[in-house]
Amino acid sequence: MINNVENITVDNLLDKVASKMPLGFRFVTMTCVDCGEHFDILYHFDKNYELSNFRLSLKKGESLPSISGLIFAALVVENEIQDLFGVKVTGLVLDYEGRFLLTETAPERPLCRVPGVMMVEAGKPAEAAEVK
Amino acid sequence: MAKNTIIPFGPQHPVLPEPIQLRLVLDEERVVSAIPVVGYVHRGLEKLAEQKDFLQDTYLIERICGICSFIHSLTYSMGIESMMGLTPPPRAQYLRVIWSELHRMHSHLLATGLLADSFGFENLFMQLWRTREHIMDAMEATTGARVLLGTCCIGGVRKDVSEELLKSVLQTLVTVEKELDEHMPVLLNDYSVKQRLCGVGILDKQVAYERGAVGPTARASGIAMDLRTQGYAAYGELDVEPMVETDGDCYARTKVRVRELYQSLNIIRQAIGKIPSGSINVPFKTKPDGEVISRAEQPRGEVLYYLKGNGTDMLERLRVRTPTFANIPPVLAMLAGCELADVGVIVISIDPCISCTER
Amino acid sequence: MFTIIGNVFKNLRSKYATRLYPYEVRTPFAGARGKLEIDPDICIYCGICAKRCPANAIAVTRKPDKTWTLDPYRCIVCSYCVEVCPKKCLHMNPKHRSQE
Repeated sequence: MINNVENITVDNLLDKVASKMPLGFRFVTMTCVDCGEHFDILYHFDKNYELSNFRLSLKKGESLPSISGLIFAALVVENEIQDLFGVKVTGLVLDYEGRFLLTETAPERPLCRVPGVMMVEAGKPAEAAEVK
Repeated sequence: MAKNTIIPFGPQHPVLPEPIQLRLVLDEERVVSAIPVVGYVHRGLEKLAEQKDFLQDTYLIERICGICSFIHSLTYSMGIESMMGLTPPPRAQYLRVIWSELHRMHSHLLATGLLADSFGFENLFMQLWRTREHIMDAMEATTGARVLLGTCCIGGVRKDVSEELLKSVLQTLVTVEKELDEHMPVLLNDYSVKQRLCGVGILDKQVAYERGAVGPTARASGIAMDLRTQGYAAYGELDVEPMVETDGDCYARTKVRVRELYQSLNIIRQAIGKIPSGSINVPFKTKPDGEVISRAEQPRGEVLYYLKGNGTDMLERLRVRTPTFANIPPVLAMLAGCELADVGVIVISIDPCISCTER
Repeated sequence: MFTIIGNVFKNLRSKYATRLYPYEVRTPFAGARGKLEIDPDICIYCGICAKRCPANAIAVTRKPDKTWTLDPYRCIVCSYCVEVCPKKCLHMNPKHRSQE
């Protein structure tokens, strides 16, 4: 349903993203979706009102290389993903270490989808919520 | 050797309507860099939206923002409609445009008013907010609520507006235009206002593009980007031009908003002139399924909704990228090198909406 | 520098823009969403309003007693319940709750 989606992997992520900017694309945002076994991470770029997207499938427990070195604007959204999904983002130019949106007493990884568990209690991650 | 100091700006500060903290690294009076600290008003609405059904979400989504609430529910509805293959009837599309533009006007009046307050021009601030009150009344008369209109629903709108009410909206616009004509020269031509705004917080076109600026912030830097020109809702049948300025300073951003106020007046008049009669919503039986991205132009810029449905009542994922979220990296670029006294004006000049940003 | 002076003199001569609330209350607009009210004689206590309410503000019980309760502090006055009510026993009073 989403047009212009290109599947990429963690290995060629940085090259692919770096190739977009000189073509006049504007970085719009990233979206992280919990798909059970893995996270779908979408990178949205815009040129002349036309969205073009990358889809990265990231296994749970793997860390995500940051693109904030290439595109500074990705910094905020990558920190947000790190907070809300517990995805470790490596190489952030400014790392809030999981305290960007959430405070110490907030639920951990609140947007992670775990069958039967709606929200992980603060301080004590439920067993089912352990990332594989 | 100069020593750097770090000064916290906010979360509670006289110029800030909402809590955000900026840690300013200062070299004497000059800002070297700024680090944003957010999270004071994070409410977890994206998570809550996954636990409500997609019809209830329409009302929840509106409450992301207290200023551009209607456009949030409009963008969400457009996303769900494209997932289910619905086309709202033309009258609903026109009503959506009218309410969107009323929202844009009240938001821009609020933003310019707050800007006037931030440089200490309280008289102008009061005048602009008084003008805004006419628009709030027009919204309450047509929808039943001042801010959280609650009139956009999936498949159209919930409430029809009678011809007399549309005429009264036109009457309101006459009053508003008269008052705008009075106040806007003060905002744009006053010597002391210009002293505070011109050349302050300059955002270069290239930087604006690299940092992903949206809305009036991007348009003031010379990027002609306005999603309304793509013709969602009924904008395709109306005359919409992006308002572009090239200076990229606080004055240019204010000027873009002022020009958009007059543009919105014009769009509402066009829409009321052209509005067709007929039904206001389409019935549906299907459930949302699949992935969709829906975008619209808010007063502050482009809003992006990513929606993922799975054929049930509940959505699997709802992600909102609000305009202020995209405008945080550009504002950091503006702050580098400015005077400490200008920080408040620069932050307010992008019209920050922190509740939107943190959802 | 004195661009607003004309406006200042105009304001000195004109009426107040505000009202002396709460002594002087503006009549609410027709169709305004002020507060939710129920006509208990028509209500069949089906519970659809409670199920659909986005804010979980309504509670309906059938046993042992038929009750319909609204938590006014949770109600977001969206009038979605009014729309889904099969008997049309709910309605919005344009007067706000504080105006009593």
